[in-house]
Amino acid sequence: MSVWAKHQIFEKNSIVLLIGILIVVAIGGLVEIVPLFYLKSTIEKVEGMRPYTPLELAGRDIYIREGCYNCHSQMIRPLRDEVERYGHYSLAAESMYDHPFQWGSKRTGPDLARVGGKYSDEWQRAHLANPRSVVPGSIMPGYPFLAKTQLDAKNIAANMKVLALEGVPYTPEMIEKAESDLFAQANVDDPGAADLAKRYPKALARDFDGNPGAITEADALIAYLQMLGTLVDFKTYDKKANVR
Amino acid sequence: MAQQASINKTLTIGEGGTIIAFIALAVFSIIVAAKAWTPEYAFHAYLFAAGSVAVVFVIFNRYFSRDAAPVPQEINGKPNYNMGPVKFATLAAVFWGIAGFVVGLVIALQLAYPALNFDLPWTNFGRLRPLHTSAVIFAFGGNVLLATSFYVVQRTCHARLAGDIAPWFVILGYNFFIVIAGTGYLLGITQSKEYAEPEWYADLWLTIVWVTYLLVFLATLWKRKEPHIYVANWFYLAFIVTIALLHLGNNATIPVSIYSSKSYIIWSGVQDAMVQWWYGHNAVGFFLTAGFLAIMYYFIPKRADRPVYSYRLSIVHFWALIFIYIWAGPHHLHYTALPDWAQTLGMVFSIVLWMPSWGGMINGLMTLQGAWDKLRTDPVLRMMVVSVAFYGMSTFEGPLMSIKAVNSLSHYTDWTIGHVHSGALGWVAYVSFGAIYCLVPWLWDRSRLYSLRLVNWHFWLSTLGIVLYISAMWVSGILQGLMWRAYTKLGFLEYSFIETSEAMHPFYVIRAIGGALFVIGSLIMAYNIWMTIRSPYAAGEAKRPQLVPAE
Repeated sequence: MSVWAKHQIFEKNSIVLLIGILIVVAIGGLVEIVPLFYLKSTIEKVEGMRPYTPLELAGRDIYIREGCYNCHSQMIRPLRDEVERYGHYSLAAESMYDHPFQWGSKRTGPDLARVGGKYSDEWQRAHLANPRSVVPGSIMPGYPFLAKTQLDAKNIAANMKVLALEGVPYTPEMIEKAESDLFAQANVDDPGAADLAKRYPKALARDFDGNPGAITEADALIAYLQMLGTLVDFKTYDKKANVR
Repeated sequence: MAQQASINKTLTIGEGGTIIAFIALAVFSIIVAAKAWTPEYAFHAYLFAAGSVAVVFVIFNRYFSRDAAPVPQEINGKPNYNMGPVKFATLAAVFWGIAGFVVGLVIALQLAYPALNFDLPWTNFGRLRPLHTSAVIFAFGGNVLLATSFYVVQRTCHARLAGDIAPWFVILGYNFFIVIAGTGYLLGITQSKEYAEPEWYADLWLTIVWVTYLLVFLATLWKRKEPHIYVANWFYLAFIVTIALLHLGNNATIPVSIYSSKSYIIWSGVQDAMVQWWYGHNAVGFFLTAGFLAIMYYFIPKRADRPVYSYRLSIVHFWALIFIYIWAGPHHLHYTALPDWAQTLGMVFSIVLWMPSWGGMINGLMTLQGAWDKLRTDPVLRMMVVSVAFYGMSTFEGPLMSIKAVNSLSHYTDWTIGHVHSGALGWVAYVSFGAIYCLVPWLWDRSRLYSLRLVNWHFWLSTLGIVLYISAMWVSGILQGLMWRAYTKLGFLEYSFIETSEAMHPFYVIRAIGGALFVIGSLIMAYNIWMTIRSPYAAGEAKRPQLVPAE
């Protein structure tokens, strides 16, 4: 019986064909995905990484909602021009708390992995409301509604609880204080700011949207943008610690 | 009980079960709507409730008008094919296709003229782009796959579609998923996983629909009169099973509450990136390739009236294709924080993938042996053959772009967009148009299409559109990639980002013109199909060519 005749077992039995397909398509995925959960280089811990503050997390959810990832990557490749243009190449650890990841696949606009601190809050505000007011040739849509929309923060603790369940190291205290931390971060001289900084080192607390009267979606989004890529201090980062 | 009719009409178990399930879903949806955390989510819950009530109404309505006896499996010794769901999905494909192409044209124009974003939440590029990709891939492509798979599996098995309500549940449930997904994007409900943006409840609904789809397909295969399963059905089966696997793996998520549309994917960072592109690349491999190769394996031999070129080639390329495709995902993550070994594996398998891809192309093209003259006279066949040629071209370009050195230039640029569209417009859409042009006269029992001249117009306008589109994207992609890495003599980066972005403008205009031509072509198709269905020329069953089994 030739090899070709043996193939009849698949052609004459739908369940055998189904099982054959399942086995054949499972192999590649298993080999490529499973090791990523235990290899040192993909689960490295890097000094400085912390979970997002409640305000940053709310900003990140807005970033996702508006589909920013469609045009902005958050992944600097170790190529000379990218490192010079955007900063140190992105580490695996820098997106370890990103559920889901925001590496993106297209740069219609520039990479945002290290945009934190590059521009002032005022620039970010003006740019979000009308990108062409600060970058005349920009083709980015305007998002003037963000500064006019009150931030809906009542579910922030519930959101953090789910992330904690998925392995983000939010403590019960962080979840309990989520709402007050959120308000503390979006205000100037809030009494809770010191506590916030203890729970979330390097957290920037100020009035991001320039409107002290309200905590808007622009507050949250700018707080998120201003911390992107700033957590790891590359002056002290030890490249050899996680050699692949 | 009165014994008047010879058979008492009773609700079948399927009807009764469906009614109970949908009454329960309606009640549940209303509770969720009342307690929903956001008005957007409440809107979706109300849609679920309205849909469920409609289902209950339709089933009762059908019960009162149907015969007491079950629908016969055969009439006069011939299979009593169930073509209602196929007709619905065919028309839905035309509708969603045009909708998806138009949204594509809108976002192409937004990139050329940003004022068209109107600075509103629901009209900005970030929300419309997923609407475009999902509409063309899942709404247009998905309905084409549903329609053709239900048609082909019945025809090649000489058996009526399995199930009574189930096939309709698959078609209508799938289209309901499309509505939930699409309106969700506009309202800002997304999990930001490319090509898998719908949130947890839409994913859950799709899972139920998809499992039913698999069962209907398998159960129809079990009813077959032929000992062999025809080659097109291998591809359909691989497509259905693998998409189920990918969908479940990539959408593993924990909802914040059943009253919230928000969920967080359980994977994070590197692992999520790998899972995402394992899904994303194989949505291309199994949804947009295996499924449409199945269409090629049925419709091209039928239309050309020739047997498939090589049975052995189809075996080899089937198994090789499905085995190798799964490995190719990491080429979307070259030079990222994904470990090098995974990137290299992705690259190597992507290059090897060139071979089984071209195996399929050769099998499709060579099926025309002895019938090449038909290309001159039959624009429908020409469309399908050109689609296979585009398949060959983009499966050559893909491996090329997966080489790390090439990818360092092409990644993040419009070259990727051009590559995707040579596959999506040239291959997927063209083979779909061909299948729709074949299906409509067969399904509505017409002797021919209303006008072959209009098919010709459709073909040439959209071919011109595709050529404009992909060449504009090649130039803009390579140009931008080179500008990003250009250095001055003094060793500084030569261009700021915005200069590279401004250089794209003329190509974005050309791309939009190409897209507009493609939209016009699809409108011509819709008119032609409408007129074909309305035309009075009935055809006899006998005129259809019979299929040669795969041996």
